[in-house]
Amino acid sequence: MTAHSDFPAHPTDFPEPIEEAPEPYEHYLNHKYGLASWLLTRDHKRIAILYLISISFFFLLGGLMAVIIRLELTTPEGDLVQADIYNRLFTMHGILMIFFFLIPAIPGVLGNFLIPLMIGAKDLAFPKINLLSWYIYVIGGIFTFYALLTGGVDTGWTFYAPLSTGYTNTPVVMVALGIFITGFSSILTGLNFIVTIHRMRAPGLTWFRLPLFVWAHYATSLIQILGTPVIAITILLLGAERIAGVGIFDPKLGGDPVLFQHFFWFYSHPAVYIMILPAMGVVSELIAAFARKPVFGYHFVAFASIAIAVLGFLVWAHHMFVAGISVYAAAVFSILSMLVAIPSAVKVFNWTTTLYKGSISWDTPMLYALGFIGLFTIGGLTGVMLATLGIDIHVHDTYFVVAHFHYIMVGGAIMGYMGGLHYWWPKITGKLYPKFWSKVGALTIFLGFNVTFFPQFLLGYLGMPRRYHTYPNEFQVLNVMSSAGATVLGLGYLIPAIYFIWSMRYGKDASANPWGAIGLEWETNSPPPVENFDKPPVVTWGAYEYHEARVMPSLPPPKEEVMRVT
Amino acid sequence: MSIPPPHGFLPNAPLFPPRASEMARDIDLLFFTTLGITVFFSSLIAVLIFYFMIRYRRRSPTQVGVYLKGGSTLLLESTWIIGPLVISLAIFAWGARIFFAAARPPPDAKQYYVIGKQWMWKIEHPGGRREINELHVPRGQAVKLKLTSEDVVHSFYLPAMRIKNDAIPGRYTTMWFNADTLGTFHLFCAEYCGTEHSRMVGRIIVMEPAEYERWIGGESPGGVSGVPSGEDLFVAKACHTCHREGSTARAPLLHGLMGKTVHLEGGQKATADETYIRESIVNPAAKIVAGYQPIMPTYRGQLSEEEIIQLIRYVASLKEPTVGEPTSAGKAADRPAESPPSQSEGAR
Amino acid sequence: MSPEAHSAAIGARALPSADGHEGAHPPGLAHHFESYEQQRESASLGMWVFLVTEIMFFGGLFTAYILYRSKYPAAFIAGSHQLDVMLGTVNTAVLICSSLTMAMAVRSAQLGRSKAIAGFLVATIVLGSVFLGIKATEYHHKWVEHLIPGSDFHLELEHLPTHHGKPVTSELPTGIVGESRADVALPMAGPKDIQAHTQLFFFLYFGMTGLHALHMVIGVGLLAWLIRPSLRGRFDGNNHNYVEGIGLYWHFVDIVWIFLFPLLYLVGRHG
Repeated sequence: MTAHSDFPAHPTDFPEPIEEAPEPYEHYLNHKYGLASWLLTRDHKRIAILYLISISFFFLLGGLMAVIIRLELTTPEGDLVQADIYNRLFTMHGILMIFFFLIPAIPGVLGNFLIPLMIGAKDLAFPKINLLSWYIYVIGGIFTFYALLTGGVDTGWTFYAPLSTGYTNTPVVMVALGIFITGFSSILTGLNFIVTIHRMRAPGLTWFRLPLFVWAHYATSLIQILGTPVIAITILLLGAERIAGVGIFDPKLGGDPVLFQHFFWFYSHPAVYIMILPAMGVVSELIAAFARKPVFGYHFVAFASIAIAVLGFLVWAHHMFVAGISVYAAAVFSILSMLVAIPSAVKVFNWTTTLYKGSISWDTPMLYALGFIGLFTIGGLTGVMLATLGIDIHVHDTYFVVAHFHYIMVGGAIMGYMGGLHYWWPKITGKLYPKFWSKVGALTIFLGFNVTFFPQFLLGYLGMPRRYHTYPNEFQVLNVMSSAGATVLGLGYLIPAIYFIWSMRYGKDASANPWGAIGLEWETNSPPPVENFDKPPVVTWGAYEYHEARVMPSLPPPKEEVMRVT
Repeated sequence: MSIPPPHGFLPNAPLFPPRASEMARDIDLLFFTTLGITVFFSSLIAVLIFYFMIRYRRRSPTQVGVYLKGGSTLLLESTWIIGPLVISLAIFAWGARIFFAAARPPPDAKQYYVIGKQWMWKIEHPGGRREINELHVPRGQAVKLKLTSEDVVHSFYLPAMRIKNDAIPGRYTTMWFNADTLGTFHLFCAEYCGTEHSRMVGRIIVMEPAEYERWIGGESPGGVSGVPSGEDLFVAKACHTCHREGSTARAPLLHGLMGKTVHLEGGQKATADETYIRESIVNPAAKIVAGYQPIMPTYRGQLSEEEIIQLIRYVASLKEPTVGEPTSAGKAADRPAESPPSQSEGAR
Repeated sequence: MSPEAHSAAIGARALPSADGHEGAHPPGLAHHFESYEQQRESASLGMWVFLVTEIMFFGGLFTAYILYRSKYPAAFIAGSHQLDVMLGTVNTAVLICSSLTMAMAVRSAQLGRSKAIAGFLVATIVLGSVFLGIKATEYHHKWVEHLIPGSDFHLELEHLPTHHGKPVTSELPTGIVGESRADVALPMAGPKDIQAHTQLFFFLYFGMTGLHALHMVIGVGLLAWLIRPSLRGRFDGNNHNYVEGIGLYWHFVDIVWIFLFPLLYLVGRHG
């Protein structure tokens, strides 16, 4: 292996601005100006920015709904909004957050931007299809947004039949159509990533030299292409029953309501792994970069991603333990759900072990990564509780479940997304954000999150069902606590929004490798040129090989220690 | 009677609802044990992370981490794959045991019927007394609930018993419990069912058996208009014209049917439980008894869920005829209105 | 300052790089690919991955079909008997032939024979259009016979399944005093359930063949789109990804029909 002698001249423990203002050079942001150059771009980096703008819009919308929901829940009576409105609020909150924010966020923004860079390619395999993916996503979003403007849907994001097919006159078909269309965006993105990762790797970049971020997105893409078509068909069947009265799910028409649940959850359970796997990929990168050493058990972490993708397809009926399935089926799905927790546990243990004898920096991206590990562990373990049949009978459809999935989705996925944004922001924009405020933001989000959602575990075990507009008085104290936390959490998200936007105009310029990290994306300028690299790289080193003295030529050779287990 | 607040170590810091049955205690034990295990491991990880973060913090801008290499990787990985696997399978087994017990009502359980509809619970006791949104039960008696819905999927949730089950339109589901603590506890609908989902709530009231007997003898609360008895319905809907003895009979006799194994056309068999009887009423073409023509008309849309339940209870009350004795079906048309059939449910 | 010098100033590195072609990009090679081989393999893998998603898509409908066929066998037999087996068989033969002409088109593209490519493409389009025309005729028949799912759906009494030679109906024996039977007065003859379940069959029929037909229409469009570049000599040994990819797509659509035909047309027709 050849060593590199010309690594960053001034590596630091925080992105320090470069000494003199650089001469302007051509990169992907200033290459062309004008709306058309953005809306008709084939450049994966620009498409990532397009995604960033659109998913932020939907996150804001979904977040506003959450604010109203939590405000309503400060009092036991339904006194802020009527029941109908409340039901539409939580339904649209779920739909917008899941289909229009969580599923596309990390793959659409970070995956799109980074995968070609990380593998030394000029772009994804199918740049035009990449742009098409974004347009399809936006069109689906427009349908759903239109439905929202006409009042929204009140069936819950799970739109169970026969409630959604025969017992509501809200625009179910319009929203379902929006989700149907957006699903194709997900499928095409997955297809693009799979072909890219298989075929576009730079010479010398073998599978086991890939960053774990790429492995995670590969696994995610597998789920996207296999699972999403099934929800598309489910939506078609739902539409047929609703429009033409064909009896598929409504017993009054000869159908089976439990069949809907099977169809729905066959996709929607793997969908949650679409939401979490990319965040795990981000966390692997952050741990490696901010401990300056390879992720421990690289192969195990890589295979764990694939295992999660595969096992994730086998556990869907754990959402239906008390929905009328047989006890034997329930037992099978319970065991499989225990199994799917194991690869996630493996990752957590590996990340923790990576920190041992690391060179650890407390930079903001690392704070988010640690937040992820802690909160995802709690969320995941409560998932094991839910998979336990005896416990689930009590806590199914209560706030325990709500707390569980928010710990994973917000405490996990969104923290991973934020950590990734903070890590790669200098690369994407060429700008640095203020260090102090970024830490304030991270801390505020972490605290606000826990105050919001931890009380919900207690509420759930106390018996408060979910999707309740009014509730018995004795649940008020915990609800008020949760709403107070939500206020802090909302403010916490505002802080990064402000300084990120601020940084684009007033932030100091970033060097190519402000963190002193290893990865092909750091081997090119910030922001990168249009074709990513001046010349296509040849890779002769593994991922995260910090110990090879390439980081700082000035260092003495590092110790290679064999870890003895006593 | 107001519902008592939940219990807890501290008076104002509730952690769990009252435990009103043995199973509730079992479930709490399982939960808190699992909680203990997960808290232990999470704390371990948290402590380790904090320790490493401080102990191995970066001391100079150019410092790198130490690369750990060697065979210990496989040992460590195996440990933390097999360890959690064993623990989670143990938890699974414990949970499955409780779940299986919750799915198997004891043979002496009294059969109640529960119909969910938007947005109320209609409950019928053995003996016929009806309630809305309230369930009175005697202490120490196993209670089996047969749930169904008239419209969308609901879920009957009793936090104090730690159990719930979905009420699904078009079929029956079963749950059971044995309340051993007096008091009034919450009843919630736990499957989102539309506008007033959060008001589809009520109470379960556990009483001393003697008090329950006194209570059950009273009137049904107003608001549930008189549902005809099963026997009356059997006549009114002309069931008895085919399901009778004699040469004009075109349909199987229903005496002793409940719980029997039925032989169908095509060689299959079915067990004649409540779901089978209900299906025979609303979708008779689905299963044809061997040797009979598929000529029974469907009653879908002509009978409410309560009426179907009355018919089922009537059929269940029809005993195997002894030789020579005319069956009640033959006499139904002549007999005046009788008091509700006596309790015979659960005889399998 | 040159980009390289600037890169060095800001600390970016010069990586060891491939000795790539520094000159103009070869014709027919997209700018982000390094070689024809990479481009070809990417296109091929892309089409295969897409077809996997299509399998999952159709798979959902097939699953619904299997479930409801086992639940309502009589209704599915009744529905299937309304379909025209002759037309379905002709369509199957037409589609198989079109796969042959498509394969010939791909072969011609590999050999760079422009006129042959165009000719086989046209043949495939013609056969595909024949298929679609026959399908349209069948759909029209169904419309005339009131077999489109919806409020107008109505299965004739004589088309109901029979039991020991007698149709399965809902008539009560005569002579019963009292209740008037609501469904005897209904315009729908026959048991409500059989009607509902046969409607379900037809929903699946139109859904599956409709989805298939949609894919055929898209396929025909794609083939037509290929004709001009073929005649202009765009395709040769190095560069025939589009023809091959669309060919793969066409074969997939053919295979889906091979499954649809027996499942929909041949229910209960043995013996």
